[in-house]
Amino acid sequence: MSEFVQFLMSGLTVGAVYALVALGFTLVYTASDVVNFAQGEFVMLGGMVTVFMAALGVPLPVAALIAVAAAVCVGLLLYWLAIAPSRGASPVTLIIITIGASILLRGAAQVLFDKQFHKLPSFSGDVPVNLLGAAVQPQSFWVIGGTALIVLLLYLFMERTVLGKALRATAANRLAARLVGINTTTVMTLAFGGSAAIGAIGGILVTPITLTSYDVGTLLALKGFAAAMLGGMGNPLGAVMGGILLGLLESFGAGYLSSTYKDGIAFVVILVVLVAMPQGLFGRRSVERV
Amino acid sequence: MAWLSDRRAATLLVFAVIIAALPLVFPSGYYYRVAALVFVSGFAAIGLNVLMGQAGQVSLGHAGFFGIGGYAVAIGPAHLGIAPWAATPIGAVLSAALAYVVGRPILRLKGHYLAIATLGFGMLVALVITTESRWTGGPDGMPVAKLVLFGWRATGASTWYWISGAVLLIGAWIALNLAETPTGRAFRALHDSEVAARVAGIDVARVKLQAFVVAAVYASLAGSLLAMMNGFINPDQAGFLHSVELVTMVVLGGLGSVAGAIVGAAVLVTLPQLLTVFQEYENVMLGLIIIVSMIFMRDGVVPTAARLLARRGQP
Amino acid sequence: MKPISAALCLVVAGAVAALGGPARAQQTVKIGSVLSVSGPASFLGDPEDKTLRMYVDKINAAGGVAGNKIELVIYDDGGDANKARTFATRLIEDDKVVAMIGGSTTGTTMAMLPVFEGAEVPFISLGGAIEIIDPVSKYVFKTPHTDKMACEKIFEDLKQRALTKIALIAGTDGFGSSMRVQCTLAAPKYGIQIVTEETYGPRDSDMTAQLTKIKNTAGVQAVVNTGFGQGPAIVTRNYAQLGMGAVPLYQSHGVASKSFIELAGPAADGVRLPAAALLVADKLPDNDPQKKIVVDYKATYEATAKQPVSTFGGHAYDGLYILVDAIKRANSTDPKKIRDEIEKTKGFVGTGGIVNMSPTDHLGLDLSAFRMLEIKGGDWILMAPKS
Repeated sequence: MSEFVQFLMSGLTVGAVYALVALGFTLVYTASDVVNFAQGEFVMLGGMVTVFMAALGVPLPVAALIAVAAAVCVGLLLYWLAIAPSRGASPVTLIIITIGASILLRGAAQVLFDKQFHKLPSFSGDVPVNLLGAAVQPQSFWVIGGTALIVLLLYLFMERTVLGKALRATAANRLAARLVGINTTTVMTLAFGGSAAIGAIGGILVTPITLTSYDVGTLLALKGFAAAMLGGMGNPLGAVMGGILLGLLESFGAGYLSSTYKDGIAFVVILVVLVAMPQGLFGRRSVERV
Repeated sequence: MAWLSDRRAATLLVFAVIIAALPLVFPSGYYYRVAALVFVSGFAAIGLNVLMGQAGQVSLGHAGFFGIGGYAVAIGPAHLGIAPWAATPIGAVLSAALAYVVGRPILRLKGHYLAIATLGFGMLVALVITTESRWTGGPDGMPVAKLVLFGWRATGASTWYWISGAVLLIGAWIALNLAETPTGRAFRALHDSEVAARVAGIDVARVKLQAFVVAAVYASLAGSLLAMMNGFINPDQAGFLHSVELVTMVVLGGLGSVAGAIVGAAVLVTLPQLLTVFQEYENVMLGLIIIVSMIFMRDGVVPTAARLLARRGQP
Repeated sequence: MKPISAALCLVVAGAVAALGGPARAQQTVKIGSVLSVSGPASFLGDPEDKTLRMYVDKINAAGGVAGNKIELVIYDDGGDANKARTFATRLIEDDKVVAMIGGSTTGTTMAMLPVFEGAEVPFISLGGAIEIIDPVSKYVFKTPHTDKMACEKIFEDLKQRALTKIALIAGTDGFGSSMRVQCTLAAPKYGIQIVTEETYGPRDSDMTAQLTKIKNTAGVQAVVNTGFGQGPAIVTRNYAQLGMGAVPLYQSHGVASKSFIELAGPAADGVRLPAAALLVADKLPDNDPQKKIVVDYKATYEATAKQPVSTFGGHAYDGLYILVDAIKRANSTDPKKIRDEIEKTKGFVGTGGIVNMSPTDHLGLDLSAFRMLEIKGGDWILMAPKS
């Protein structure tokens, strides 16, 4: 039992991070049809900017705020300077642009910061909490709780605010949304800024556990993309479930089957799911226009 | 000279002339090496372009086949006593078979779902190669035996320049001709609209599978070639980043253009060599160049350049 | 089709023109280097790059070597073996270097090895694994201790503590898996039994699942972690989190830098590892032959690079001075003569130990080059050598 809980909490913590990255993918994709492979770099920025601000003597909460603001700025710049001018380009062209952005951001981070690994202090100490016989880091609760809070806020935003409804309308049909007077540019700006903020918050929450460096983004983007597709692209609930499922697969795979092949196990499951459900677990069946 | 007006022949002729003439301006063996790398990557990109540019299907796991080809010529001679020249087609057949088996279920997926499925496939190949170190040498890779043909050993940068150059020309010739066959036309119909293609009576699933297998064989042969040229192979060749690099070559050069695939490969192979002068700013420059060229040449280098030149040609 | 052809010619012409570098300088001795300055192994390549630049400037300011100024050419392979292979050709064919220091990892080194062996240019690698020098290649040397030696040093310590049953947890990167193999091979010689083995990916961020399995394996008396980068720091933290502190944890020389202690925090207390004297420079007794060298290097590196010293930069220092000494002795810039002199290196005192090379030993270090360290209160403690 204690072993099971240990694997479960490990999977939930890692999965929560994947979920946040997947959420960022989904948000941008819903608003603009762009798959943003620079999403992982927002997580990196969240962690790295906080670390370097804190090193300059800025109190941690302020440093974290600056990091989120910095990531949002980068997200907006990415939209204004690279995505907006390429409107109408093919999806693969847009993907290559975001891959270029990811290389650029990583390159800038290695010059601006450094190439070492860094950590942040845990928010409430390092004394493990005993949960049904499993030893859990207090920071895990911050990561899981923080993710839950972001998901809740995002849900309220989408359901209760005019802008949120505009975002959903744009996702459903861009042309129709524009026809009823929704400013789709505002919606896209919002999506890029929002996904950057979500990524950065994820980076700040998780750095005390996972450590960070200028190049953590690549793998996170890969896992987050996989999670978003597993859940069903364009569905926020699917992104979160996909992320958590992926985290659990890795953790239970490593624990009960083989630590060497745990990533393989996760991808085999993704392949099987997609072959059975070609739109992901929670994806909508889209009607193809001819 | 009527045949010169033939688009395919002209493209091939231009590349043949370039390959033949380049050594005249090469100051050292290093240039042969870089050019040979361009040819090998270009060959793989031409294959991927059949899948992406002609048939309109994305693959983010193509380096997996590249790795299979590479490890075939490494493992065959080292563990199984197969000669390198024989291991190359064996790797290609293996890749084709695997592409057929894997492609059947996953090619039903569309767009980004296909991308993640191929990505997963590529990851699995790379994972097996990294893990089964008794056969593959593990993450540090393994040496590859020299290619021996009729008692003649292929060594040296200039030898490999000519070999890979010739292979590139053959690959380009096949891809150019493929585009004009009924299969090639079916690919393009698929690219334009899958529904329309189906309505027109094209067996969509079969045609997609054909493109996938063709692309896998190209990648596998390129992998074998690079491994023999380097005398060494490691799992990076099969990795996700290499898959992304191959896709970038195709898109940057121009989707659907055989010349584009080669130009895309030339750009991505030579850029890091040129950008070393920027030292720590190398990656910043690389990212910037990719972004800017895709914004201003959204269809890729070759189609954009062709359009510009054509426009200037007409008053 | 004319337009496309014209565009192609332009692209090719541009590339050729740009690749043709500036004219070469005279009256210098050219030393090449290919390092993983960026990419996943940048924590190796970065201090190596800084060290080489720092000391070449120093040597040149003092008049150079054998009357020649050193011209250093460094390329960044980003950890990519194929790229390293191309840069190796570039150093030989285009830059025409007389010797090469580098190859931050075993992977990049093995990819470049045939190039230097073929061109008959000496190549001093900074990669870890024993396969670089075993079997011996005529032109290939290396300065870092082998992973096999690290295993033996750890096993010696285990034997002294009468611990025989161990668990291995290895990173799946080149360093981790190569050392895992070497430890598995060396274990029987020391009467060590490996009870269970686990692995983790190079960028994994949580190893509690693997460690829980080790924790629940009966009879494990010690745990050995073979890996480098941030992985071992996370293993160490998860180890403490799971309350496994009663079982001794050994790390490898792959974490031999202060940043490991920083990242692992209090969890690192009690962790032991084999490492070069450099880490405990100020704690060495004054009569230690390495004392002066390591104290000087540490001070110079930390003052210039403004980061804590690591043994990785030290390997580059050793490589550079072994080469410079060889060039001086050869009093020539002929690669073949330099190679012969490198092989004759005897009693060279470096940061990694005292180097005595021979035609059958292109490393020249023995187990005494390794010190067993324990981490206590955020610092290294030098364990007394066995009596």
